[in-house]
Amino acid sequence: MEKEPILTVKDLSVSFHMYDTGLEQYDLKVISNLNLDVCPGEIVAIAGSSGSGKSLLAHAVMGLLPGNAAMSGEISYRGRVLSQKDKEKLRGKEMALVPQSVAYLDPLMKVEAQVRGSKPDRERIAAQREIFKRFHLDEKTEKLYPFQLSGGMARRVLVSTAVISGAELIIADEPTPGLDLEMALEALKVFRELADEGKAVVLITHDIDLAFHIADRIAVFYAGTTVEITEAEDFRKGPEALRHPYSKALWEALPQNGFKPIAGFQPYAKYLPEGCLFSPRCPYKTKECEQEIPMREVRGGYVRCIHAD
Amino acid sequence: MRIEAKNISFRYGAKSPWILQDVSLSIEEGERVGLVGPSGYGKSTLIRIMAGYLRPQKGEILLDGKPLPRKGISPVQLIYQHPEKAINPRWKMKKVLQESGMYRDEVMEALGIEKDWLERYPRELSGGELQRFCVARSLFHGTHFLFADEMSTMLDVITQAQIWNLMLKEVEERRLGLLMVTHNKELAKKICDREIRLEEINSKDL
Repeated sequence: MEKEPILTVKDLSVSFHMYDTGLEQYDLKVISNLNLDVCPGEIVAIAGSSGSGKSLLAHAVMGLLPGNAAMSGEISYRGRVLSQKDKEKLRGKEMALVPQSVAYLDPLMKVEAQVRGSKPDRERIAAQREIFKRFHLDEKTEKLYPFQLSGGMARRVLVSTAVISGAELIIADEPTPGLDLEMALEALKVFRELADEGKAVVLITHDIDLAFHIADRIAVFYAGTTVEITEAEDFRKGPEALRHPYSKALWEALPQNGFKPIAGFQPYAKYLPEGCLFSPRCPYKTKECEQEIPMREVRGGYVRCIHAD
Repeated sequence: MRIEAKNISFRYGAKSPWILQDVSLSIEEGERVGLVGPSGYGKSTLIRIMAGYLRPQKGEILLDGKPLPRKGISPVQLIYQHPEKAINPRWKMKKVLQESGMYRDEVMEALGIEKDWLERYPRELSGGELQRFCVARSLFHGTHFLFADEMSTMLDVITQAQIWNLMLKEVEERRLGLLMVTHNKELAKKICDREIRLEEINSKDL
């Protein structure tokens, strides 16, 4: 794609300063050397293990990391590197987040006020009603408080908020859990339409089988870094088209593709291995894997593996 | 053993709309049942009632014809979608297992629990790792029925396959009854031998 990316993440690392017992302290590196870009008109889906830093990336972009987090690397919006102040100015207007947990709704505020934002004009209210209709949320839902919503209803309310925000960049952090298939597909269709209007969408999801069909590219995360970035097409084709052993393992673990998990666990951030972070679980591991592994181009995609071909 | 929900009606407040009306179903030990239906139809509410966490306004839950025991460890165990909300954040994982009497080598081996996780606090483990502990403590020897409410929705597909494969092995060996809520049709196909559609047995007006 020749367009200028809306969002560029370059060499991002995030660590948390933690207290151990007593006064002992340590740094926990949860994201290391992460790269990603998203262009207008594009959906990039982020797949990967639980605890691989997917949500943290979203929070880093939005400037929502907690006080004990330290960040290095660059996050740029339309070619301009963002400071914390810039992020605070842009979020909610140019950049919108669909948060992962339904606990992000204000418990003391009715649904309609949260979705419309402060001082809504007639257009906004109309947009809110329209998106609610699409998501099968009836008019009574507007007057409810968050505790009166089911998990799936709250999820649809969160998605609605970002959709009518008019933002150019939307990061949706797990927008589909709790939604039945029909509703999940509807939510993804809404994101597709936003992208087709020229907006950029980052879709963080475990429902990768749904994401393959809607996204343009897939970024695979493991232990806080990108291990593969590829056209979504390659995931539709199957493991032979994929490059990283972890991407192949994801595909093969889907219930419809055999339901066969690889053994082992993602390493805990405190005890990361040297070199390739996937090497403890990898059948192709060699001595060379213990060095730092850069991303490189293989068959039109990018992969962080020296054995991929 | 058999667990039965008999003519269950439930609403969250005296003026709130009914969530469930006159719902009945039964599950035998050894069966693997999927509870499906659109979101907001009361799947989670029903499964909480059947596990004894909520009391219905009308109807009853019967275990071999008798009400669920109100004291002691329940033979019906529920596993939630969010393991981090189901585990005491101030306990080390070892204590979590000890509490349920499941601090045993064969349990940890069967569920793939690593030794060095035991000295960590819940916040130092990922969702998939924590969920193994929730499954482990629900599998104590007095358990006859396991209920799983979107147990693997927040997990990546590899962890999902790991946990379900381990759990199915236990369920088969011990002939436990399983009731699971999921929106993932492919997952339900793989796990269940019967499906209950809540919209067909719930007589509330929609």
